[in-house]
Amino acid sequence: MRCPVQRSPYPYWFVLPAAVVFVTLFLVPTVASLWFSLTRWDLYTASYIGLDNFRQFFSEQNLTLGLMNTVIYAVLTSATKTVFGLLLAVLLTSGIWGQSFLRTVVFFPVLVSTIGVGITFTVLMHPTKGLFNVGLAAIGLHGPGWLTDASLALYSVALVDLWKGVGLATLIYIAGLAAISPDYYEAARIDGATRVQQFWRVTVPLVQPATVTVITLSLIGGLRSFDLIWAMTKGGPGFSSDVLASVIYKQYQAGFYGLSTAGNVILFVLIATIILPLTWWFNRKEVDL
Amino acid sequence: MKLIPSAALFSAFVMVSGLAQADTVLSVLIDNNPETIASMNALTKAYTAAHPDVTFDIEQRPGGADGDNLIKTRLATGEMADVFDYNSGSLFQALKPTDTLADLSGLASQAGILDSFKTVVTGTDGVVRGVPFGAAMGGGIYYNKKIYADLGLKVPTTWAEFMANNEKIKAAGKVPVAQTYGDTWSSQLFVLSDFYNVAQVVPGFAADYTGNKAKYATTPAAMAGFQHLEDVFKAGYLNPDFGAAKFDDGMKMVATGEAAHYPMLTFGIGSVKQNEPDNLNDVGFFAQPGDDAAHNGLTVWMPAALYVPAKSANLDAAKAFVDFAGSVDGCNLMIGANGATGPYLIKGCELPKDVPASVADMLPYFQKDGGTVPALEFLSPIKGPNLEQITVAVGSGITSAADGAKQYDQDVEKQAKQLGLPNW
Repeated sequence: MRCPVQRSPYPYWFVLPAAVVFVTLFLVPTVASLWFSLTRWDLYTASYIGLDNFRQFFSEQNLTLGLMNTVIYAVLTSATKTVFGLLLAVLLTSGIWGQSFLRTVVFFPVLVSTIGVGITFTVLMHPTKGLFNVGLAAIGLHGPGWLTDASLALYSVALVDLWKGVGLATLIYIAGLAAISPDYYEAARIDGATRVQQFWRVTVPLVQPATVTVITLSLIGGLRSFDLIWAMTKGGPGFSSDVLASVIYKQYQAGFYGLSTAGNVILFVLIATIILPLTWWFNRKEVDL
Repeated sequence: MKLIPSAALFSAFVMVSGLAQADTVLSVLIDNNPETIASMNALTKAYTAAHPDVTFDIEQRPGGADGDNLIKTRLATGEMADVFDYNSGSLFQALKPTDTLADLSGLASQAGILDSFKTVVTGTDGVVRGVPFGAAMGGGIYYNKKIYADLGLKVPTTWAEFMANNEKIKAAGKVPVAQTYGDTWSSQLFVLSDFYNVAQVVPGFAADYTGNKAKYATTPAAMAGFQHLEDVFKAGYLNPDFGAAKFDDGMKMVATGEAAHYPMLTFGIGSVKQNEPDNLNDVGFFAQPGDDAAHNGLTVWMPAALYVPAKSANLDAAKAFVDFAGSVDGCNLMIGANGATGPYLIKGCELPKDVPASVADMLPYFQKDGGTVPALEFLSPIKGPNLEQITVAVGSGITSAADGAKQYDQDVEKQAKQLGLPNW
């Protein structure tokens, strides 16, 4: 009698190269970081201090602000990318003049280096010499301190993030729209549906898989966002545009390696607690459809 | 097995290409300040001319917190260049010098280096580990001499006089105080340069602060620096782009008379010499005034130092080079490259007669008994890493002076714990 479980025709040691890479580069550092987050570590010696780093991290003066900023930034960029991505995709699949050229234009910022984008917009958003405010002054308006006003800095960065990231969302939506059979629109038209009704009743529900992808990707991207914020404000002015990742990086910069590792563990847990239930919920909805 | 032929091939290639004449290549890591680069170029060029077997590979790094990060990481991972420049004082102590840096106490040049400098590059084990790289600096306020002459103003010796001058300057339609929070480090000056005044009122502050007994938030004299930041912002004395302007902009504003004052370290005059040479003598300098005109003096910064990592592969060659950099000849080469920005801490290295006006303004403080006090970072091993963000927040009206001081006390506590100091 043969064993009911089908054995793989390949020997197990085939998995060895991949396993070595995975264990040494992913598993060991992950476990090590859990240990180092419980120590005071200066790269030479690590002394165990229990949960002190986590206590310190949560009492960090601007951590609450940083956490709030992280969530605001992630939700804001994710929501705007979803809305504008869908609208742009509908526009760019409607057969308007210059469609391919416009698709390239919308996608182009995705290809540009984030740091380059950040530095460019920092110059454009200079409070007195930047193109934005010089332009506003030309039509008699007094432009704000885009990146120097504490209440505005985070939103200015989010705006640039939208500009840079909306192309990817549009691309995903264009693919999603292409997958919708024209039969649905034809049937809707025969039933007398207007363009608006077609959009809400046919396009939005049927493009759901693309929406799930866009929201998940942009939310994760927003939660761990660092490069653009660092290039544009370094979390400033003061601490007003700090997000979790920049708070962690500053601890690392200061040489508080244990503390910064503890911050990374917290970020890991935060992303997992937001994304896992979200994915589960989306997947369930997809089955419902 | 495979490595050996390729290594042989490589050395053959090196010989063929003619690079083999130089026996030693010393790697050097310096910050990207134009004066640092000019000094190092002058030193290395002269050294190679005297020792053709030694050449240099100079690499630049950013300053501020990014630079701190790079230096600490490269030291810890054993990838530091053979010679590097870095701050003396508390930032030097944060490098764990007893483990990471080579003993430089045996160098011939140490005999000519002033003791006041040696103490700020000495590890906890009493061993000297650096030679001075550059001139001593004062922390205070640059002012535009033309504006002062036009408005008939007098150099202030109390903070109240300073603020009264600002009021007149504002009434005359000029910017009273330039601030450049686009370079966050430059926001710390009002707090750090106030230490002379703190030490006059509370002489034991540095020791008590290190021993976890004195705090910024609960010592009124120490709080004053934070209060100054808040006051100039609230009075509307700052340039409109203070949040985005950078250090070079600040020096330019005070040199060209767009602004009347710019709080800065005295190395700043090098930027004017390079970018606005015609205005070099329009810029004057005074110490940050306190409450008492009878006790008016300057907070002084020791120069940065050159260090050699303990694990350097070219330890002896690197030591010989920094020995040269710390000698009178090395000092004269640096003055030749940059002009004089302040007193050098090497015996026999004299300043030229024709120093810029702002340097001439600074020298009398050094000549007066009790005219200077070292900045806190040279009297205590603790400096909180977040000070520059806190001072930007206070100086932009985001945080109150009282809250800023409290936040800094917490920041200091973290650093003290990381250093493993007793009593924390």
